[in-house]
Amino acid sequence: MSMTSDRGARPGRRRTVRRPGDITFHGAALASGLTILAILAGVAIFLVVEAAPVLTADPEELTAGGFGRYVLPLIAGTVIASVIAMVVATPVAVGIALFISHYAHRRVGTSVGFVVDLLAAVPSVVFGMWGWQVLAPRMVPLYRWLEANLGFIPVFGSASSTGRTLMTASLVLAVMILPIITSVSREVFLQTPRLHEEAALALGATKWEMIRTAVLPFGMPGVIGGTMLGLGRALGETMAVAIILSPGVFTWVLIDSGNSTIPAEIALNFPEASGLRLSELIGAGLVLFLITLAVNLLARWVVARRADFSGAN
Amino acid sequence: MPTLHRLDTQEGLDHRIDHVRGVVPAPVRPAPRRLGAVLGAVAVATVLLLWLGLDLHLGLAVTGAFLLYLALTYVGFRVAAGARVATDRLMRGLLYGAFVVALLPLCSLLWTVVTLGGARVVNPDFLLQTMNGVTGLHDQATQQQGQLFIGGAYHAIVGTLLITGAATLISVPVGLLTAIYLVEYAGRSRLAHVIRFFVDVMTGIPSIVAGLFAFALWAVVFGIGTKDGMAGAVALSVLMIPTVVRNSEEMLRIVPNELREASLALGVPKWRTIVRVVLPTAASGLASGVTLAIARVIGETAPLLVAVGYARALNTNLLEGPMNTLAVYAYYMFTKPLSPAYRDPSIERAWAAALLLVLVVVALNLSARLIARFFAPTKR
Repeated sequence: MSMTSDRGARPGRRRTVRRPGDITFHGAALASGLTILAILAGVAIFLVVEAAPVLTADPEELTAGGFGRYVLPLIAGTVIASVIAMVVATPVAVGIALFISHYAHRRVGTSVGFVVDLLAAVPSVVFGMWGWQVLAPRMVPLYRWLEANLGFIPVFGSASSTGRTLMTASLVLAVMILPIITSVSREVFLQTPRLHEEAALALGATKWEMIRTAVLPFGMPGVIGGTMLGLGRALGETMAVAIILSPGVFTWVLIDSGNSTIPAEIALNFPEASGLRLSELIGAGLVLFLITLAVNLLARWVVARRADFSGAN
Repeated sequence: MPTLHRLDTQEGLDHRIDHVRGVVPAPVRPAPRRLGAVLGAVAVATVLLLWLGLDLHLGLAVTGAFLLYLALTYVGFRVAAGARVATDRLMRGLLYGAFVVALLPLCSLLWTVVTLGGARVVNPDFLLQTMNGVTGLHDQATQQQGQLFIGGAYHAIVGTLLITGAATLISVPVGLLTAIYLVEYAGRSRLAHVIRFFVDVMTGIPSIVAGLFAFALWAVVFGIGTKDGMAGAVALSVLMIPTVVRNSEEMLRIVPNELREASLALGVPKWRTIVRVVLPTAASGLASGVTLAIARVIGETAPLLVAVGYARALNTNLLEGPMNTLAVYAYYMFTKPLSPAYRDPSIERAWAAALLLVLVVVALNLSARLIARFFAPTKR
């Protein structure tokens, strides 16, 4: 948009007139952009600085006799809980997204969309309290049944009497990541080329066949990307797990107390921590940061690939 | 997706024939019109029978009836209209089911918050008292002898407003200016790509990591273990800035280029064009985006737990000592009741704070929508 009409007349001077106001404003805008880069670099640098003592410390002084042995079970718990949440939430979220985009009346669809957004806005501490007080006691009979009938599978080895288990926490996480998967999927489903849909219908497809042959193949990368974003959210979710789970050492049994996740471990122990323990928790936070970073980058990459593809339409 | 096969080999030919058989659709007959309604009635009757008749748990009854309904739908339509229609109907039932499944937790959650927190929230004492000097003994007296309930969330409400306000004051200028840079100045430059990429990365930072960052920053600058409101504001800003940038960028992008060009053609400097033409045009969208960003961080617990700590008394100084916020207040009241043996008053406070938070968040979301709708620039 710069005015370069005088370029031909005076090849030596390419710059347009720049007023002091312009220079200041441009500078301020640029500085803000750079601030964001600085903040992100700061997050990495300060976490590394504060976590560094752990790497040089004598392993005997650490909680589990070594940082790796301390953080690995936590990583396992975090990943298990998030993956369960993702597996539970994705089919439901895709269902709601299809319901909104292709089944519901437009007005109904918008209000359902609003309700789902509302679900996203409820603070996580409230989800945690709800899970503790309402969901956990209601899961106990189910856990008992699983222990009695499927107890030979290690995962259902013994049942909790309070319901405050990794499974309950995962289910609450599933509810919490439902909105993000739904909204990303809904966006891509709505973008399905109208002609693809009508071509499918014109060939005699039923509505579901139309969705299976036109909508889902088109939207699949978006759904995968949304799912990964949801996974990233679940990995970093703190309060729900911290409140619901009664934590302990790592165990394969998912329907009894035990296990913990990195964010919950930090939230539960940070207020009383000091010295090396503090560094250890910050180190765990750094690991969490790296994991979510990787998952999010993967998600962005998948979504971006789809953007290239849909440009052809 | 069908793949193409060579036709000049027998193997390829077989594949192809397989394909053709798959593509020719099975015949479909018109289904009797009342079938769907009859099946629905059967499902409702099953729920009532299981729930009232056999005294089963309502959730179990509904689940059972729904599964029965799906099975009957599939079989019924398969007999009446063919396999393809049956699948279609089955999937429709499942999708409607997904919708109901998503509504259940939300309804249950709202119901729980309102019934458990409602009584306390409307009480002005709760809104105007702090927890200063309130101990487990008071709770014991309240629960055992019905003495006056004391202890409220005034300090937490003030803390929430101050910390979120400070976070907004940091995030909005940085976020808005970055969006302006991206839309008005950077265009498609490499730096713009880098900034956009890292804004995306920032969106994915777990909230507790943002808290740890603020804690670590304060530890380096002010000494280890320094916790105050400003650290919380910084942590919230880390979470808020990417939301503000994303929303603002989208809003600035939809301002028509003709407006900018008209202004520049009149000789108005670029910065004044942005301030006087672009920003006012996008104002409603920007305001609604900022409101949504506030709604996103106002209920955050984890970063404040880590960076701000927990206070029982009112503290209005952002730069000195721990403060309290509604979410952290609810968390502590819920998980660490004042008196472990007499938990009820503390739990009640927690739910009241939770209800207050939910109300604030819903109000912010609604007002964001209203701002976007009513203050939108007229189309023509």
